[in-house]
Amino acid sequence: MNTPGSSPLQRLRRELFASPLDGLISLLLIGFLLAVGLAVLRWMLFQAQWAVIQANSTLFAVGRYPVDQQWRLWLLTSLLALASGLSWGLLRRLPHPGPAWPRNDRLAVGLLIALAVVAPLALQLQASVQLRWWLITASLITSRWAAGRWGQAIPPALRRWIPLIWPLLYLAGMVLISGGLGLVSVPPSEWGGLLLTLLTASFAILLCFPLGVLLALGRRSELPLLRGASVLYIEFIRGAPLITLLFLGQNILGFLLPGGLAPDRVWRAAWVLTFFAAAYVAEAVRSGLAALPPGQLEAARSLGLPMPLALIHVVLPQALRVALPATVGQFISLLQDTTLLSLIGLLDLLGTARTVMANPAFLGKNGEVYLVLAVLFWCCCAALGLGSRALEHRLNPLSSPAQA
Amino acid sequence: MGQGAINPAAAGVIPWWRNRRLIPWLVQGVAGLALLVLVAFLVGNLVRNLTSAGLLLSWSWLGNPAGFDVSETLLPFNAGLPYWRALAAGLVNTVRVVLAGLVGATVLGTLVGVASFSSNGLLRRLARVYVELIRNIPLLLQLVFWYFVVFLALPGGREAIQLPGMVLAKSGLFLIRPELVNGVWQAPLRLTVEFGALLTGLVTYTAAFIAEVVRGGVASVSKGQWEAARSLGFSPLQTLRRIVLPQALRVIVPGLNSQYISLAKNSSLAVACGYTDLYSVAETTLNQTGRAVEVVLILLAAYLVIDLLISALMNGLNQLVQIRER
Repeated sequence: MNTPGSSPLQRLRRELFASPLDGLISLLLIGFLLAVGLAVLRWMLFQAQWAVIQANSTLFAVGRYPVDQQWRLWLLTSLLALASGLSWGLLRRLPHPGPAWPRNDRLAVGLLIALAVVAPLALQLQASVQLRWWLITASLITSRWAAGRWGQAIPPALRRWIPLIWPLLYLAGMVLISGGLGLVSVPPSEWGGLLLTLLTASFAILLCFPLGVLLALGRRSELPLLRGASVLYIEFIRGAPLITLLFLGQNILGFLLPGGLAPDRVWRAAWVLTFFAAAYVAEAVRSGLAALPPGQLEAARSLGLPMPLALIHVVLPQALRVALPATVGQFISLLQDTTLLSLIGLLDLLGTARTVMANPAFLGKNGEVYLVLAVLFWCCCAALGLGSRALEHRLNPLSSPAQA
Repeated sequence: MGQGAINPAAAGVIPWWRNRRLIPWLVQGVAGLALLVLVAFLVGNLVRNLTSAGLLLSWSWLGNPAGFDVSETLLPFNAGLPYWRALAAGLVNTVRVVLAGLVGATVLGTLVGVASFSSNGLLRRLARVYVELIRNIPLLLQLVFWYFVVFLALPGGREAIQLPGMVLAKSGLFLIRPELVNGVWQAPLRLTVEFGALLTGLVTYTAAFIAEVVRGGVASVSKGQWEAARSLGFSPLQTLRRIVLPQALRVIVPGLNSQYISLAKNSSLAVACGYTDLYSVAETTLNQTGRAVEVVLILLAAYLVIDLLISALMNGLNQLVQIRER
C-alpha cells in the first residue's frame, strides 16, 4: 500500500485506474455518484420544505408531553449532560486509551459544539429554547474539562463510586419522566417521539442483558431441566417475528394476567422488547461462553470456588469480553426495532412521524421526515458501534483485534 | 468429580447442602416447581379470562365468511370466502415475497460482498459505505421510505419509466410487452408498487448483511490459495470458481441460513407498505373476530414452519459444501 515515494496523485491512479477495466468502472461510478449527489443536493436545497420538521420539533422530541411539565425533561437533559461530561473527562485520563484517542476526542468535542450551534438554528427554535440547548452543551463541555482538570484530585476511594451516578440518574430520570414523589403524574400514553424511543430502548437494553446472561448460562448448564427450558424459550422467541410477539403482548397479555394487573400499552411493548432481545443476547453470550476453554471453569472449581462464584469471577468476565461486539450488535438492532412500536399504534419517533404526515398541512412531506429520522437513527447506531469498538479496545489492550 | 466416589459411611458426614449428587436435583426441583407454578398461573388466568369473555379456544370461526378482500393474491379470493382461505392467501403472499427476496438478496449481497475485494478503491469503499449505511437504519424506516418516497412518487401514464420489455409506473411494474391502453398500462404480468417496495426494501436490507457474510467467507480463504492457483496458471475467474469459492462456501452457508430466516421474519413488516401478507390478514382477522389466542397461534406456527423449512434446505446445502472425507 505505502510504497515509498508515492504521491497522492500516484496513489489515486493506482487505486482507481490500475487497468483499463478499473478505469472504466471508476468513471462509471464517479458519474453515477455525481448524478445522485447533485440530484439529492438539489432536492435538499430547493425542493424540500423543512417547515414540517421545524414546526413539529417538540412533537418529534417528546410527543404530547404536557407543556407545563416539560421543565422536568429539561432538568433531566441537563443532569445527563453533566454526568456525561464528568464520565467523559474521567475516562479520558485513564491509561491505555486507543492510539487514535486524543484526535478522536477533540473531533468529538468539535462535532458536538458544531451540532449544538447549527441544530437549534436550523430547526428555527424559539430564542429561549436555543439558549437552553447552548447552556446544556456548555455545561457538558465544562464538566468534561473540569473532570479532566481536577478528576485526579478526587481520592481514589471516592472515584470508584462515580459510575454509580448512572443507575441513580436512571432512577431519577424515571421519576422525573413519569412523575411521583410529589411530581404530577404523566401517564405513558402522553410520552412520545424521541423520548419514547430512547426510554423503551434503554429500558429493554438494561433488562435484557442480565436476562440474556442467565439464559445463556442455563443453555450451557449440565442440568437437563434448566437447559431444556432455556433452549425452548430461546428458540421460541427466535423463531417468531418481533411484530407477532408485540401483537401477542398487546392482545394476549391482558388475558394471561389477573384483571387490572396487566401493564399499560407502552410498558407491555417495552417488556416484549426486553424478552425478545434477551433471547438474542443469550445467543451472543453463549458464543462467548463457548469460546472459553473448559479448563477455566475446571480450574476454578478445583480450587474450591463454588459454582456461582466461579461463574461470576472467572467465567463471565472472560466470556462477556468475547461476546461484547455481538451483544452491542444486538443492542443496536434493539434500538432499531423500537420503530416497530409504530405498527401497534404507539407514538415512537416513526409513529409520531406518521401522525404528523397525516396532518393535511404536511401531507406528502414523507421525504423530508424520513430523511431526518434516518440520519438520527444512523448517527445513534453508528455511535453505539464506535463506542463498542472503543470499549473492546480498552478491555483488551494487549491482544490483536483478530482475537476480539 | 473427585467426590463422586463417596462411601456411604462418609456421606453421612457431608451436610446435605454440600452433597454433590443432591444439589443438582434440588436446584432443578426448585426451578421446575417455579416454572410449573408460573405456567399454571398464566394458563389458569387465560382460561378464566377467556371463559368470561366467551372466547374459549375454538376453530369453527375459521369457516365463517371473511368479509374483507385480500389484494393481489395468487389464490383466487373474494370477501365471501371463509377466514382460512384469507389466511392461506396471506401465507401465499408471504411465501411469494420471501422467495423473491431470497433470490434478490443473495445476488445483490454476493455482488456487494465480492466488490469489497475489488482492486478498484472506489468500488471497494462504495461497498463498505453501502453496508454501513443500510445496517444502521431501521428496516421499517427503509420500507416506508421505499413505499412512500420512491414507489408512490413514480410517474404514471405516458411519463412512466419505460425499459425494454418492462414499464415502471405509479400503478405497478408491468412485465412482458406492456402497452398503454387509454392512458392505463396493461401487461400479462403486473406487480404492484406495494410488492415492489417491500421486495426492494427487504432485498437491499438483507443484501447488506449477506455481503458481510460473503466478505467473511472469502476473507477466510488464505491468500496463499489465490497465489498458488494463479501461479499454476489459473485465470482470476477460474481461481475464484474452482479454488476460492468451494472453500469460502463452507463458511458462507451457515451464515446465510440465519440471514434467510431473518428475511422471512422481516417480511412480516409488509403491513407498513400496504402489502397484504400473512400478518396483515391476521391483524384484520383479529380485529373482526376478537380471536386473539387462535390468531397468534396460527401466526407463530406459520412462521415457525417457514423458518424450519429454510433451515432444513440450508442444512442440506451445508452438507453438500462441507469437506467430504475420502
